Amino acid sequence: MNARDEILSRVRKATAGVQAPEIPRAYAQTSPTPDLLTLFAERVADYRAIVHQVPATDLATTVRQVLAVRNATRIAVPDGLPPGWTTGVTALSDTPPLTPADLKDCDGVITTCAVAVAETGTIVLDAGPGQGRRALSLVPDYHLCVVDAAKIAGTVPEATARLDPRRPQTWISGPSATSDIELHRVEGVHGPRTLEVIIAT
Amino acid sequence: MSGERTDVVWLGSPAFPKAAEKALADDRLRGNLRNATTTIRGKRARVVGERPDWAELRDAGAAIKDATLADLAGHLERLEAEVTAAGGTVHWARDAAEANRIVTGLVKATGETEVVKVKSMATQEIGLNEALAAEGVTAHETDLAELIVQLADDRPSHILVPAIHRNRAEIRELFARQVPGAPADLTDDPAALAEVARRYLRERFLAARVAISGANFMVAETGTLVVLESEGNGRMCLTLPETLISVVGIEKTIPTWRDLEVFLQLLPRSSTGERMNPYTTVWTGVTPGDGPQDFHLVLLDNGRTEALADEIGRSALRCIRCSACLNVCPVYERTGGHAYGSVYPGPIGAILTPQLRPDEEVSASLPFASSLCGACYEVCPVKIDIPRALIHLREKAVDAKRGHPSAERAAMKLAAWTLGNPRRLSAAQNVASLTARLPLGRPSRTWPGRRRIKRLPGPGRAWSRTRDVPSPPPQSFRRWWREEGEEQ
Repeated sequence: MNARDEILSRVRKATAGVQAPEIPRAYAQTSPTPDLLTLFAERVADYRAIVHQVPATDLATTVRQVLAVRNATRIAVPDGLPPGWTTGVTALSDTPPLTPADLKDCDGVITTCAVAVAETGTIVLDAGPGQGRRALSLVPDYHLCVVDAAKIAGTVPEATARLDPRRPQTWISGPSATSDIELHRVEGVHGPRTLEVIIAT
Repeated sequence: MSGERTDVVWLGSPAFPKAAEKALADDRLRGNLRNATTTIRGKRARVVGERPDWAELRDAGAAIKDATLADLAGHLERLEAEVTAAGGTVHWARDAAEANRIVTGLVKATGETEVVKVKSMATQEIGLNEALAAEGVTAHETDLAELIVQLADDRPSHILVPAIHRNRAEIRELFARQVPGAPADLTDDPAALAEVARRYLRERFLAARVAISGANFMVAETGTLVVLESEGNGRMCLTLPETLISVVGIEKTIPTWRDLEVFLQLLPRSSTGERMNPYTTVWTGVTPGDGPQDFHLVLLDNGRTEALADEIGRSALRCIRCSACLNVCPVYERTGGHAYGSVYPGPIGAILTPQLRPDEEVSASLPFASSLCGACYEVCPVKIDIPRALIHLREKAVDAKRGHPSAERAAMKLAAWTLGNPRRLSAAQNVASLTARLPLGRPSRTWPGRRRIKRLPGPGRAWSRTRDVPSPPPQSFRRWWREEGEEQ
């Protein structure tokens, strides 16, 4: 018998007559907090990300300002990002794909997101327009993410319901971090050491 | 120190009491562990306390895992079909040797001699790094704690934080000595130490063509794999190389995408004490233009189907490797992970290791490496009744030695007879108070003013060898109550 058939037959033998229980789903599906935007902003900031809230009309100006403050001039840009956000900087298009070395040497990356989760302060990218492939938001040391307020879900169940598992996803909760030394959290290991979030209302 | 290893346990691992005795004498180890576990317990309690529906989340988590196991064959077949349809290749491995053969073969087929690795319990369990090394392939661990363990030629001692037994000063010393390019004036500031790891690994990530990972969850209905991590080393490995090989235990399956919503809430809060871990990567097979274009999934049995066949023992297969049970365990906090002789230490290890590797020497003693206080059960996000499983495995261990009269069994019978009747109890306590002739040792730590009994006579000798038995009080509580009561 090959390995596949043998393992499956062992599993069937081990579980013969075992009944699957009903799954109780009495846990919260929605957040009790009415102001998801404020909750999201607080929870993202808790991870020591930099957070701004601006009216959608001021978005392009704010993006330019935060990039200028950082002296960030060479910015990796995924397909589908509104072109107005990168006026005044050198936008490095990912078509054709930037090399890992290009990504390492640029000053940062700007993306949008597919969904955000207020309760956990999480941003989810799913390679949709304005988000790009996974490497794009990983290798640069600075990630600027623009979150449209309409993308903010209250809870994890609301977020997973909006997402397609067949698309590659990255869930991001703050800058990269480690707790491996005495279980003390240190921000900034292999992923972007700075995460800046602009919430557009 | 790393030593030879069969899969799961290290070769020649002594029985738990012997290994624990050595660990208990190491004051620095105990200090490091106490600091770390105290920190993590506080963080976990805070973020779990935030969720009024924590009990409901645990109920759902446990039920999803049980439902998965009840029809595991069906879910695995679905998983295989979905991964294949999405451009991945599925392999099946009955045991560690078969898994290592498959992975080594896949790596060699790429022509590469170096691979980057994401921390994975499954690859620890099968001893993959050693198997690759034997075939001339160097595996670079990229998780900070795994890197510390690898550079120190040490063994992991915790599921989540394998280097928990090392403090920052020890890590500084190790990095200064072992990491090429570490600054001469390196301090023991954790941020500075993380920076050394970042620089050291960055070039390896960018140059790597093959990565090896495990997975926290596999969604059967869509063929989706999920890895939770913190540092970004996982994202690097799962995204940049051309070839990705994931070795995953068959019990990591969950039936539906929706089920993930439960575990994404349970796992980060239970393991690192965060509302959410910094990074989670989700992928299904191969996505053109995004991530590895050659994806292999190796489904690992390696003793799991044996555990699955045990009605009580199978609950250990619900485990999502959060390590909350280690962090609250009074035995783990004092002995550390190495005493368990297994890649799976702590309470979960004490019920998992004996089931995965019943024939190893250390396995027979592990179900006894517990005071049955139940703290592990209280914090388990998937409600594994570890004390119940421990007792069950103790019975099995005792049954395996049947033929010799068991002192513990006889003692329990005697205790039941004594406690069943107040007069017998009173008489027994009077006898116990008269035991002034027992050999007394050092002062008891738990009972001020009393001394420890060096060893009990007769069949109690084995019991007192590994325990601090305080000398009996001169007066029993019952007698004190009687006398005090009369005075009032």
